[in-house]
Amino acid sequence: MRFSGLRILREGLTGNKGWQPHWRDAQPASQYDVVIIGGGGHGLSTAYYLAKNHGITNVAVLEKGYLGGGNVGRNTTIVRANYFLPGNSEFYSHSLKLWEGLEEDLNYNVMLSQRGQITLFHSDAQRDASIRRGNAIVNQGDEAELLSVAKLKKMVPYLDYEQARFPIHGGLISRRAGTARHDAVAWGFARGASARGVDLIQNCEVTGIDIDQGRVTGVQTTRGAIRAKKVAIVVAGRSSQVAAMAGMRLPIESHVLQAFVSEGLKPCIHHVISFGMGHFYISQSDKGGLVFGGDLDMYASYAARGNLPMVEHVMEAGMTLMPMIGKAKLLRSWGGIMDMSPDGSPIIDKTHVDGLYLNCGWCYGGFKAVPGSGYSMAHLVATDTHHEPAARFRLDRFRTGRGLMDEEGTGSQHNLH
Amino acid sequence: MRLDCPICGARDRREFTYVGDAVLLDRPAPDAPFEAWDDYLHNRDNPAGVTRDLWYHESGCSAWLVVTRNTLTHEVMETRLAAEVKEAGV
Repeated sequence: MRFSGLRILREGLTGNKGWQPHWRDAQPASQYDVVIIGGGGHGLSTAYYLAKNHGITNVAVLEKGYLGGGNVGRNTTIVRANYFLPGNSEFYSHSLKLWEGLEEDLNYNVMLSQRGQITLFHSDAQRDASIRRGNAIVNQGDEAELLSVAKLKKMVPYLDYEQARFPIHGGLISRRAGTARHDAVAWGFARGASARGVDLIQNCEVTGIDIDQGRVTGVQTTRGAIRAKKVAIVVAGRSSQVAAMAGMRLPIESHVLQAFVSEGLKPCIHHVISFGMGHFYISQSDKGGLVFGGDLDMYASYAARGNLPMVEHVMEAGMTLMPMIGKAKLLRSWGGIMDMSPDGSPIIDKTHVDGLYLNCGWCYGGFKAVPGSGYSMAHLVATDTHHEPAARFRLDRFRTGRGLMDEEGTGSQHNLH
Repeated sequence: MRLDCPICGARDRREFTYVGDAVLLDRPAPDAPFEAWDDYLHNRDNPAGVTRDLWYHESGCSAWLVVTRNTLTHEVMETRLAAEVKEAGV
């Protein structure tokens, strides 16, 4: 079933009776070439690109809950490529290019809205850092533009420019950045993978990883044993538990990050605005809700809900930045489990077990990476060689100290990002 | 979430700073093997359930604490002074 304007017209005129499920709800077979543990954004895109780019279709995606029920359905939907360090910059640049062709590629409306993302700065030193970052982004082949206060005031007049603590000196805008419909991204990749023969298996929790003489041979699940030539771990916040099944202890600590949405309002915020000094960022969804978030609660947690002090802090930061939102009512808040790595950058790598691959450490930035991560992960699983844009996401960089990607410059240590 | 400081009593979470897994108390010897230092600095059990971590009572008595709590429920089960834990060796 292909989506098109004509199809919508026809279905609309005939009572919308022709729509079908977007993917097959498959039952587990006894054996696959590749088993992907985790049916979130990254797992589904890995499956899709394995099938599309490498012709590997005897693949199962095992999801312990329902497809897209984890962080891909719990994020603030921001897509951007404004990274500075080699390793990160080319990867997110590649991912953004994939985003730009994604709807055509998937024949699925992921509602990518390149509304532009503005990162504010508040001092001369921060202006210098923004110029430096902007130049790095331009050098990697993407675009960035420095906005003066005058220009910024025309675009976003509602910010409190004269606030005492963080007066706004300008911003850096990435015009190709924006938002996408997060659930649709999961569904689109699921549909594309399923149509190419991938089995998407829900309510199937992996309970063990079978290894024979240093080589992976399959997995044990709540729905029976499944043999596999290759196994990919793509489970975000639960990475430590699944990797432990293969005897690994990961450089990952899982933390809770909260997000918030207000009641629906008329269009008022037309960009993604990042207020780094307040750990606050905001955009407006297509339904009109203000979608915003802040920093981690800053303690290890799997609760998928945070505590009130951070809620208060985020609201304060929002009021500091744009007092106009003060009368908007908060509709919902929720939390996701972030797989935090010591340097704040991800891991896409082989493991000490032949045929076992690891994708984790996305911290609080996994959503924008969904297409790029799957593309590079599929390349690694299919060819046993690193995909160039993700070649620096090595697991051993913490042990050796070589190739650390500490984007914030705070140090490569837990609890600093 | 409130933490029960052995010196000050139950206090708001905002008075405390989270430092990390209590494995940080077991600092390897300076000449310990490379792997021991890698483990100490980077690798974590990261349990979904009961964990022990270090907190610093920054806005209180400045004590370092070992907190036993559940990462799935945020239940705080035990709070002890890190110095005592270190001396007792457990």
